[in-house]
Amino acid sequence: MSTRLATGGRLIDRAKTVEFTFNGKRLKGRAGDTLASALLANDQMLVGRSFKYHRPRGIVASGGEEPNALMNMGEDARFEPNQRATTTELFEGLTCKSQNHFPSLEFDVGAINTRLSRFLPAGFYYKMFIHPRSFWKHVYEPFIRKSAGLGKAPRDRDQDTYEHFYAFTDVLVIGGGVAGLQAARAAAETGAKVMLIEQTADWGGRAMVDGGTVDGEPVDKFVQKILSELQEMSNVTLRTRMMGAGVYDHGYVLGYERVNDHQPDALGPRHRLWRIRAAQTITATGAIERPISFAGNDIPGVMLASAVRDYVVNFGVSAGDRTVVVTNNDDAYRTAFALKEQGLDVPAIIDARVLPQDSVLMAQAKAQGIRVIMGHGIAGVKGGKRVTGVQLCSQAGEGAVLEDIACDVVAMSGGWSPVVHLWSHCGGKLNWDEANAMFRPDVYKAPMGDAGEAFVSTAGAANGHFGLGDLLEDAHAAGLAAATATGAKAPKGFDAPKGITVEEAPIQPIWLMPQGAGPKKRMKAWLDYQNDVKVSDVQLAAQEGYESVEHAKRYTTLGMATDQGKLSNINGLAILSDALNQPIPQTGTTTFRPPYTPISMSSIAGEARGEIFQPLRKTVLHDWHEENGAFFEPVGAWRRPYCYQQSGESVKDAVIREIDGTRNSLALLDASTLGKIIVKGPDAGKFLDMMYTNMMSTLKPGKCRYGLMCGENGFLIDDGVVVRLDEETFLCHTTTGGAESIHGHMEDWLQCEWWDWKVYTANVTEQYAQIAVVGPNARNALARLTKDDISNDALPFMGFKDIELDGIPCRAYRISFSGELSYEIAVPASYGRALWDKLRAVGAEYDVTYYGTEGLHVMRAEKGFIMIGDETDGTVIPQDLNMQWAISKKKEDFLGKRAQERSHMADPNRWKLVGLETVDGSVLPEGAYAVADGENANGQRNTQGRVTSTYYSPTLKRGIAMGLVHNGPDRMGEVIDFPKVDGTVVQAKIVDQVFYDKDGEKQNV
Amino acid sequence: MLILTCPCCGVAGEETEFAAGGEAHLKRFGPGSDDDQFHDYLFMKENPKGVHLERWRHANGCGKWFLAARNTVTMEVYGTYAAQTYEPPKEIKDKISAKVPGWSWREFS
Repeated sequence: MSTRLATGGRLIDRAKTVEFTFNGKRLKGRAGDTLASALLANDQMLVGRSFKYHRPRGIVASGGEEPNALMNMGEDARFEPNQRATTTELFEGLTCKSQNHFPSLEFDVGAINTRLSRFLPAGFYYKMFIHPRSFWKHVYEPFIRKSAGLGKAPRDRDQDTYEHFYAFTDVLVIGGGVAGLQAARAAAETGAKVMLIEQTADWGGRAMVDGGTVDGEPVDKFVQKILSELQEMSNVTLRTRMMGAGVYDHGYVLGYERVNDHQPDALGPRHRLWRIRAAQTITATGAIERPISFAGNDIPGVMLASAVRDYVVNFGVSAGDRTVVVTNNDDAYRTAFALKEQGLDVPAIIDARVLPQDSVLMAQAKAQGIRVIMGHGIAGVKGGKRVTGVQLCSQAGEGAVLEDIACDVVAMSGGWSPVVHLWSHCGGKLNWDEANAMFRPDVYKAPMGDAGEAFVSTAGAANGHFGLGDLLEDAHAAGLAAATATGAKAPKGFDAPKGITVEEAPIQPIWLMPQGAGPKKRMKAWLDYQNDVKVSDVQLAAQEGYESVEHAKRYTTLGMATDQGKLSNINGLAILSDALNQPIPQTGTTTFRPPYTPISMSSIAGEARGEIFQPLRKTVLHDWHEENGAFFEPVGAWRRPYCYQQSGESVKDAVIREIDGTRNSLALLDASTLGKIIVKGPDAGKFLDMMYTNMMSTLKPGKCRYGLMCGENGFLIDDGVVVRLDEETFLCHTTTGGAESIHGHMEDWLQCEWWDWKVYTANVTEQYAQIAVVGPNARNALARLTKDDISNDALPFMGFKDIELDGIPCRAYRISFSGELSYEIAVPASYGRALWDKLRAVGAEYDVTYYGTEGLHVMRAEKGFIMIGDETDGTVIPQDLNMQWAISKKKEDFLGKRAQERSHMADPNRWKLVGLETVDGSVLPEGAYAVADGENANGQRNTQGRVTSTYYSPTLKRGIAMGLVHNGPDRMGEVIDFPKVDGTVVQAKIVDQVFYDKDGEKQNV
Repeated sequence: MLILTCPCCGVAGEETEFAAGGEAHLKRFGPGSDDDQFHDYLFMKENPKGVHLERWRHANGCGKWFLAARNTVTMEVYGTYAAQTYEPPKEIKDKISAKVPGWSWREFS
């Protein structure tokens, strides 16, 4: 059993008990524990079920690479799935539940999958779920959806806060082990600004567990000394609990700081996402131990050798009473020593190597009386939910069992892989180091910055240096090189501390144990614990032709789980290389992508949630709208009233009331969001002739003209009324959503194509408030506020005039989007509310109504006016909308002219705009398609048109719509079918698109 | 995330300050051009692995368009220059030649 030892545990405070709950059980840990060490101290080795086969799984590792110990952490507003127990610091009241089992962790129904495993090989889903096609939707997909996914999705709103920080530094060192500390120390000595971040809560990394000697002192003394020096230096920033999550172009690095995960009730944010710009980044990210592939290597109790000693040394926790060490390198011997020191039993060290002579560590093991069995391996692990023993075999053979060795822990070590993720994120290349059986950074192919210089370097174990002597030399040099690359001067006589490198016998790569393991053993030799990928799966993928490592990965799902294959990738690609009979570097690695380990979604959102998710644009009348029952809708970043609901009124009824009020008497609309762009200069007319399909240069000062704008590809991008204020000045109205992009579009052509034209543009959208005064009584109401002549003669339709309304200087445009007599009144934004109030006051006599965007939309549809984004979708040209009248034939050129001559654009078979009237008066569904006879090549019904706008018209008291229909304008009166999603069909008659006041008599009075 | 320097206002900013605008030194073909010319102008954009000349706008800054000579593989930025020009400045071309001997991009080399 795993338990708390009587002594040891450098990180825990034995005097402080911490209570927590696992699967409803109340358990006790010690301050300083991780959740994983506390679970082990309570003999809870079994922590979850695997994803595919629901096999029992235990804690394997002690850090971020842990594949099995994933928890549903917390409750309610603090619930979060897939949290690694190994990186979760224990706190009072922590609650967690294991994942992926039903009904319980101990007894799981899904475990039947493991018996079916020979029927669930690699690529199972691809092979199985293709035929018959119709089964996908109704059988396979619901089944897969039900069984897929680790953990549960949170239901409640996250109660914690999160924030973003921005930081700038000369040198960023990622990793606070001995190498990171020394690299930072060396860089800081030059005076450069240095930031050192460490993902765990304490400094020193593996050396604190593994020991060693630096400058004649124990390594932990050295760590203390260098740390206190760094803390004293004003040019150094130190952060713990902060992971380097990703390295991006030009020295941009994301840091993920878990500020309060270990003290959830403390003040401040839970997580902080650091957006760092570093001139130089040093990755001192250490290395991760590899498992060995032998049958039964996933049974709870089989752990990484380094993790076994981490739990002993850091937390005073033994993973079991009897530990068999299995290894292909010297480092794992340190685990045996740590266990022996605590008086624990190590029945054997099974070393797969055959060596000519004993190394220092091997001799030490033998001297301690440990049985060292060279040239052997494990044929199989005995046990179900816990290891009970191992079967010894010759590594060279096929696995004939020589002896059973009883044990409850297997400490395995397949060698170490440098953590090259951050080095690789931004393009750093790797070399395969044959002697040490590992990929390490190719320091000559580093990620490049904007000036073509390397901006990432690497130090220590992350760079393939494991002995303290080499490692400190390497880190010291890396620190100085990074600092001097930023312009700092290297100090004289500042040398690296002298570490002692223990001489070790070389590693022997063991990718499969035993070497000749047969199919049965390979089906039980796990590579990827989290996604249940075995040696046999990768071999099958190779056999079936998935030779590229990226293909094999996706076919088998190797390395695609939340741990991103930190333990499995190297072993997997070695198996793949072997199956393909090619060297490992030829197979290569899959792509390393950020983040290094998962970061919370909330940290990415930071402060941007709720009210401040996005800055809102509000017109000067926004407060009034809010106070008067506005039901808002987002239009770009604006919030516009959709309608104003009176008490007890439905949205639909409000819209009908607003339209009736407008058509019968008088209504006001806040039209301030319309884009307004001033275009000014001697060449302004010439320029607008290029921008619009119509001729704008002939527009007389004082007049307005409706215009269409197309892109160079011929498709409509915007529309609006252009006003000529004077000879050299135009005011272009754009759609609400288009103001910024159309201004950008104009600037693009002015700056990049016609840069010699004398034209100036300014986006003045927010400088003006604009109020539409609409309805048969519009003139009567305005006349009460002004002495200026606003009669039809003095201010005719499509004209404008500067007038004064009760002392407020205004510009009144006679333009109409509703079909009624209409004045749009523009005033400086600061006068907007005052004018609105005056109009309300005089409007009272006419029973004034206020209408929103839905009323606006319905009324424009009743008039057959198009709306950019409804009638257009980026594939529609003005000719499709029967708007040839707005396309100048006199102009030699305008944007879109040449494109509209292309054969497909000029095709008479393009669908064209018509009105649609349902036979039964109902409202057509939005986006509905009209069907035609026959089927297309995919067996789908042919189509002949689609609905672009559809509404209930209160004026006509029936459903009206516009749509694009094949040969539509030539088919007036014809009835076509629009099937609905419920299987029924609506019939609609093709009619003229103008439903109301066809001759425009109402707007032109 | 790239860092670019706007040649108009002189500000070195993060990529999020700028908006990419595709290939630089476009030669417009309008009415009167034949189908192939117009097709190539509209659709056949350069998308090289290596040296690239691009349009960028300092959208969240001074608002000006400019051109950038950049390497899409190494991410090196050789320089940025005014949009109102028909070819990259000599010093930028020289800088590219020093790093990528024998480079070419459309008619420039």
